[in-house]
Amino acid sequence: MGLLRRIRETGRAAEPAPPRPEGDVPEKARELGGSVQVRCVDAGSCNGCEIEIAAAFNPVYDAERYGARQVASPRHADVALVTGPVTRNMAEPLRRTVAAMGEPRLVVAVGDCAINCGEFAGGHGVEGAVADVVPVDLTVPGCPPEPDAIVAALRRVTGR
Amino acid sequence: MSAVGYAAVAGQIVVVGAGAPLLTGWMRQVRARLEGRAGAGVLQPWRDTRKLLRKEPITPVGTGSAFRTAPALLVATTVVAAALVPLLSTDTPVSSHADLILVVALIALGTVALALAGLDTGTAFGGMGASREMTVAALVEPTILLSVFALSIPAGTTNIPAIVSGAVDEPGRLASPAGLLATAALAVAVLAETGRIPVDNPSTHLELTMIHEAMALEYAGPDLALVELGAQMRLTLLLGLLSSLFVPWGIATGTSWAALAVALVLFAAKVCLLGAVLAAAEVFWAKIRLFRVPELLAGSFLLALLAVTASYFLSGAS
Repeated sequence: MGLLRRIRETGRAAEPAPPRPEGDVPEKARELGGSVQVRCVDAGSCNGCEIEIAAAFNPVYDAERYGARQVASPRHADVALVTGPVTRNMAEPLRRTVAAMGEPRLVVAVGDCAINCGEFAGGHGVEGAVADVVPVDLTVPGCPPEPDAIVAALRRVTGR
Repeated sequence: MSAVGYAAVAGQIVVVGAGAPLLTGWMRQVRARLEGRAGAGVLQPWRDTRKLLRKEPITPVGTGSAFRTAPALLVATTVVAAALVPLLSTDTPVSSHADLILVVALIALGTVALALAGLDTGTAFGGMGASREMTVAALVEPTILLSVFALSIPAGTTNIPAIVSGAVDEPGRLASPAGLLATAALAVAVLAETGRIPVDNPSTHLELTMIHEAMALEYAGPDLALVELGAQMRLTLLLGLLSSLFVPWGIATGTSWAALAVALVLFAAKVCLLGAVLAAAEVFWAKIRLFRVPELLAGSFLLALLAVTASYFLSGAS
């Protein structure tokens, strides 16, 4: 009963949807038609970006309302959200994850580390940025990027 | 047989096939609103299906015929079961074949096909999911059989349309102790069979807690669309069976177009209501530990057994 009262008192936690993000929709994303399954790959991140991705799917930002959903398998996924500089041990798993996804597939590099290795550039365990390992379609800059920025990138893919 | 009978069979298949993604979307929407989310809309599962059908099909290296045939088999068995089970009308050209044991066997065939496909992929999670699904299925199928048997004793037949039309004529059968026990047992069995909370979480992305999803991890593109559609159709079918057996009022028993139209509207309303109740209940429940699942299912089997016993002694005395 306590939970019922909480549900009634809280009402809607989701914030009003911001206007559609600027920028063109990537060519491959047009075929998806408002439905995007997302697979997160942590290629060596400090987990700051993971917290922000989790926040993007929480009731406040609610990325699910734009048709994005997290899935458990790269086979189900259309988009790989890759975070962190790619470490030597994660380079091959990342290549295999992207190879396991069916076409059309997109890779979104989330966070400064994924774009240019950020703080970890030149580290002895770092293979390179995500673009050095797999082709990247979209980037979300920030250290870590705000959930709004991640949601905006996902909305450019879903087109909603 | 009249044209109305054939229209009823076609209507059942179309309603289950086209309505299943909408029911899933509706349940996700109810859940989203209760969680304070905005939700993706009722049409989202159809968008997912449309996108998956456009995607590239992938067959993993080393998989054989079990993996390739399972999605089609899952959907085909569900379509045949949807044609047989009295959802809109009890008087159809196929209603004399709609035996309880046949329907349960068709549902079990779909389950086994998907479990074999999970094993066929040779991955750790596929095998784990298959083993768990079989554990659950071994406890669920007898419960479904027994709980409907409890209703078949007063009707004197295992033909489901006859059971349903008998209950429409004599509502007292459903208010009896046997009817109530059987309702509770079948409700738990339907939750387990369709992989809902508290037995399985359909929206999880943690492989270690998966049952049904773990078997489908290697599917992609059109095959995945079929697996998801099959799972959604089974949910619609079983909720429809539950409502036909325990709230049968409004189902068409004769050959009139008006009765069929009323049955269609009432069926949609009943299944949507059941779906909303289930989605709301899922917000309040947590998934139970895997090792507690057999206890829950054994409890529901016991209820079904008590229902059969009560039904036998109470109706046998008269």
